This record gives sequence, structure tokens and C-alpha cells, in this order.
Amino acid sequence: MLCQECQTRQAALHFTKIINGKKAEMHLCDKCARNKGEQIPGSNSYSIHELLSGLLNVEHISGNNGFKPQETEEPRQPVCDRCGLTYERFAKTGRFGCARCYQAFETKLDSILKRAHSGNHRHTGKIPKRTGGNMKVQREMEELREDLRTSIEQEEFEEAARLRDHIRELERKMQSGEEDA
Amino acid sequence: MSLQRFISEAISPWMKSGPGPDSDIVLSTRIRLARNMEQYPFPVFAPPEMAEAVLNDTAAEFSSIRLQTGSSLERLNMDDLNSNEKRVLVEKHLISPYLAERSQSGAVMLSPDESVSIMLNEEDHIRMQTLFRGFQLSEGLDFSNKLDDWTEEKITYAFDEKRGYLTSCPTNVGTGMRASVMMHLPALVMTRQLNRILPAIHQLGLVVRGIYGEGSEAQGNLFQISNQMTLGKPEEDIVEDLKGVVTQIIRQERMARDALMRSSRTYMEDKVFRSFGILKNSRIMESKEATERLSDVRLGIDLDLIKGISGNILNELMILTQPGFLRQYAEKELRADERDVRRAALIRERMELEKQSDE
Repeated sequence: MLCQECQTRQAALHFTKIINGKKAEMHLCDKCARNKGEQIPGSNSYSIHELLSGLLNVEHISGNNGFKPQETEEPRQPVCDRCGLTYERFAKTGRFGCARCYQAFETKLDSILKRAHSGNHRHTGKIPKRTGGNMKVQREMEELREDLRTSIEQEEFEEAARLRDHIRELERKMQSGEEDA
Repeated sequence: MSLQRFISEAISPWMKSGPGPDSDIVLSTRIRLARNMEQYPFPVFAPPEMAEAVLNDTAAEFSSIRLQTGSSLERLNMDDLNSNEKRVLVEKHLISPYLAERSQSGAVMLSPDESVSIMLNEEDHIRMQTLFRGFQLSEGLDFSNKLDDWTEEKITYAFDEKRGYLTSCPTNVGTGMRASVMMHLPALVMTRQLNRILPAIHQLGLVVRGIYGEGSEAQGNLFQISNQMTLGKPEEDIVEDLKGVVTQIIRQERMARDALMRSSRTYMEDKVFRSFGILKNSRIMESKEATERLSDVRLGIDLDLIKGISGNILNELMILTQPGFLRQYAEKELRADERDVRRAALIRERMELEKQSDE
């Protein structure tokens, strides 16, 4: 039997679908089935990507076993405006399409990254020298401000004054455009 | 010509320059950095012309690099290699299975001693790997940082202040660094202590894998231990944590070896020399048995029971007796039973060679 969708390949998936109480027989080939989001049970091996996408756990693809009526499609899902990757595709493959995807999916990233990195979601490691620009100084200032807070709490005022001066100096440098402190 | 060298010798030149620190237990240390270019889509979803552009841009930059020895990197394009040549490079750990089988416009840039391997268009645009003898995590990180700094001068990385180095897979983002150490732990396996240690290692955020990485089974009592998380800790801390755990495991393994030698010296001698005898005399050798026997012999060398044989023989024969290498040597396709005969012959030859060079 030929696939009722493309009419060229052999149908591999035969099933009955009930949509709004109406019974419809479906005969699809592998490829068209996949395109329509239908799945042959047990036909796909469980890969690391799928494990990962389990971790990413998007609401609207969970439970998509081929019996979901078309009209309940999520109205808006994040899409990367640069490479066009949808969040759904990211969740399925566990792979970003480009650097901009990180911004496009920003709102969902914290929880994903925390799960993959023992609760962490912020980078605290190396910063590129040439393009990192002010980031290094900014991070240093953050650390100094933290130190300042603790030294005030512990009433170590001499140390606090030293730290305050250091922070001011860095602020001046950043304003005057001298990045390399 | 250079392709011939990369695929004809099982043991990389960097391994031959004598034993490294703690090399009775740690065979090698590896640091891998994942980096991407800002302006191109990541390789997994990149259109072919983009992948080609990434390859041209990156390869042009890396070909101008000069290592301390004055040597430069050589480029091997995946499209120019046949499947067995690629397999041999995978068996030597010079490229990943992903680069060999699934990359588009993939290539590797290798240093002549094979201690530096830069994969292009793997899952990320750039994956730089540096390998060191024995247990040298800090040295490895140092060298990798230098290579990374050099690269950053030429290539604008995809970097985000909050998320760090952006990678194709969210499990690599942040430092993009995977530090790993290859350990030979026969005594911990024999005394069944490793099963107790492994869960603790996992809890510390580290991963233990077999010799061929993700999903591979442990062979010949060889284990790869590496960091799992790449985000939220500076590179130095990740390396320090790994170092602490590896140092502990080294101590445990040494203690187990001592205890075994004290309590059951004859049993240990029998195990080691029995395997030695079998390797020197067998006519048919399956791969699983070969790795087990080679592990015994390597242990015998480290315990000073077997003398006059280089410890490298384990690393070398483990790789040399993999299917890809055997096929390369035979210069034709081999059936499994033919492979076992070839494997036995190769091991015998290699053992014989070692004996002669000792005399």
C-alpha cells in the first residue's frame, strides 16, 4: 500500500485516528509520518538527545504521541530571530542553532542549565581577553563590592575604606575608557 | 604522507617521551575546550555553505600557529579519508566518532606529536584537545589556556557574560571545558572497591567512562574520569576538584596493590605471568581477552614483577588490536575470526620485539 500523503513511498504506519468523534484510517510512510509528527511506537531508539530533551521538558511536546488534534497547537513559541530555530526543535534535539538562540530562549534557560550543571546558571570562569572588554573589570568590581559588604558587617573599617577606594578607582578607569585594569 | 604516519602508528609520539607523573596509574591527561564563532550558525544546523566557510576561516587561522617546537599543525579533511582511516583516528582518540561519521565539512588539525588535536565543525565549530603523559591537569590547563588565548586573538568567539562560552549543547556551556584523566585501576576492580567508589565520584559531579568515552564499556580496567558540569565554576576550580578526587583514587589503587601483594603475592604473580605467557603464545585472541591480559601484564610491569618491557605496551597494544588498526595492517577487510588470528600474531610480534630491544 502506498502512503496516502506522498503517494510514492510504501506506507509503514497504519492506524486509526479519532478526531472529534470521527474515525479516520491513516496509512503513512516513515517520512511523512515523521513530518506529521506521528510516531511508530518503538521505532526510534532512545538517544542521549532524547534523554536531554526529556530534561528540557517542553510542555507542548510532552504527550505528543500522534493523537493530538492539530488545533491545540501552542500559539506562540520562542523562535531565534537569527537562525530560525524554534524552541520545540531545540527541545527535541538538545542543540542550539547559533549564539543568538541563547537570548531567544533566555526565559527558559535558567532552569535547564541549573538541572544540567548542579544548580548553576551563571558563568564564573574565563573571559576572552580581546572581546571580553569591561566584563573582567565588572566582575572584579562585583567581587570587591561583596568583600566591601562583608568587611562592613564585620566592622573591619580600614579594610572597607581600602576596598571603597579601589572600587572608585576602577569606576573612574571604566568611565575614562581604560579597560585594562 | 603524514596521513600514513597518523594512522600507521598505534602509539602517539607524545606518549613515547618517557613516563609522566604517577604514570603507574594515570596513563594520560586530556583537556578539551569547546568554542564557537560568533558570526556563524553552530555546525549541527548549519547549511553546507556556512559549514564550508567555518572550515575555511578556522583552518586558515590554525595553519599559521607555531608550537614551541616550531612545528605547525597538519590538516586532515574528513571528506578526504576513507571510513577505516577515520576509524583508526577515532581508536587513537585523535578525533571523536561524531566528527568521523556525522560532521559536515569536518576536519582535524594535528600537531606532529599528536598531543594537540583541533577538531573543526564537530558539534561545535572548534574543539581543541591537548594530551599529556601521566597526571598533569594543571599543566594541561595552562597549555590549553595559551592555545585558547592565541585563538581568541584571531577568532571572535560566541561569548556571553552571563552564560560564558556558548556551545551547541547546553551541557558544555560556560567554560566549554572537559578535563579528563585516563586511569588504570586493576587492583580496585579486583578487590571490588571500585563499585563503592564510583557512586561517590558521581556525587561530586564527575563522570566515569570507559576508554572510548561516552557509552563505552570499561576495557582492560581503564577508566576515564572527567568533570560533568561546565558552568558556575572557574576552570581552575574544576581542575582542582578533579585533581583532588584523582589523587584520592591513585592512593586507593596503590594501597589495594600493596595489600594484594602482601596477602596474595603468589596469586598475583600467577595472574600476571599466566597472562604474559598467554599473550606470548596464543594463536587466537579475542579482543575482550586481549585487553584483560594486557591489563594484567601492565600491572605486572608496574609491580616490578615483569622487567624489561615498557609500560607503554598496554596503551599501544590496546589501540593496535582494535578492529580499525587490524584492518589497516591487513590492508583488506577481515572477518571477526580472521581478526582474532591477526590480533594474536600482532601481540606475539610486539612482545618479541620488546624482548630483543631489551637484550
